Amino acid sequence: MIKARVTVTLKNGVLDPQGKAIEGALGSLGFEGVHQARQGKVFDLELDTADKAKAEADLKAMCEKLLANTVIENYTIAID
Amino acid sequence: MKSAVVQLPGLNRDRDMIAALTKISGKAPITVWQTETSIPDDVDLIVIPGGFSYGDYLRCGAIAARMPVMQAIKEKAEKGVKVLGVCNGFQILVEAGLLPGALMMNSSLKFVCKEVKLEIVNAETDFTRAYEKGQIIRCPVAHHEGNYFVDQETLKSMNGNGQVVFRYAEGTNPNGAIEDIAGVVNARGNVLGMMPHPENLIEAAHGGSDGRGIFASALDVIAA
Repeated sequence: MIKARVTVTLKNGVLDPQGKAIEGALGSLGFEGVHQARQGKVFDLELDTADKAKAEADLKAMCEKLLANTVIENYTIAID
Repeated sequence: MKSAVVQLPGLNRDRDMIAALTKISGKAPITVWQTETSIPDDVDLIVIPGGFSYGDYLRCGAIAARMPVMQAIKEKAEKGVKVLGVCNGFQILVEAGLLPGALMMNSSLKFVCKEVKLEIVNAETDFTRAYEKGQIIRCPVAHHEGNYFVDQETLKSMNGNGQVVFRYAEGTNPNGAIEDIAGVVNARGNVLGMMPHPENLIEAAHGGSDGRGIFASALDVIAA
């Protein structure tokens, strides 16, 4: 079995209203100097295979087809 | 002119859409469930209504866009059949890649349910022939993710070939959408997506009928 973590983040230049609100909230809690907060998503996946190359190809396809919207989001794949 | 309304779990504006299509065309639309892999050949207009398909999980419209019926809709769209997506239907169409751009969370972070003003930017589409260019109409909106975003390069080409069909007018942009965009068509002009709900403003009982022209145009029943 292979464990993987997919991280999906907004592309640069895409407005992130939630990130902005979080940035403001951090400031109001007294955490100074937070330049920017951007919110993303994390997916932890367990795959029934021992073939790392296949897992990587499958994960890439999953990101392209469903996990990320590549119009507005980037993704990274980390395999344990 | 025969129409079809797509049904998916979590969509809740299907009945309003069926009522609007029935009243305006005089003929009830057929309904198409998400698992169906084909749409009858005599259907000229496919409508994806609003709601919260799959609970808006992952991203609004993301899971619905991967259901079997969407492949059938893509094939029909490629053949020139008209497709209209309203609200969640618009989100599904962008997620399915039938329309450019993406719909992000409203810049206010709040769900908006109110009436806005729409400018008819392109009155030459199959969906807007009943209106005049520059005309301002009233229309209700009800959404949390209607903040239209598209990269600058695509936006430029969309503006150049009339793909921006509706803009929020008179300072009524409710969601922060880029260039006040409320509705767009594909390059071919047969697939329209819009956040506002024209099906909820078609008769006196709704307090107005400004939205009627979209269906009258698409159903080819514009009064002479």
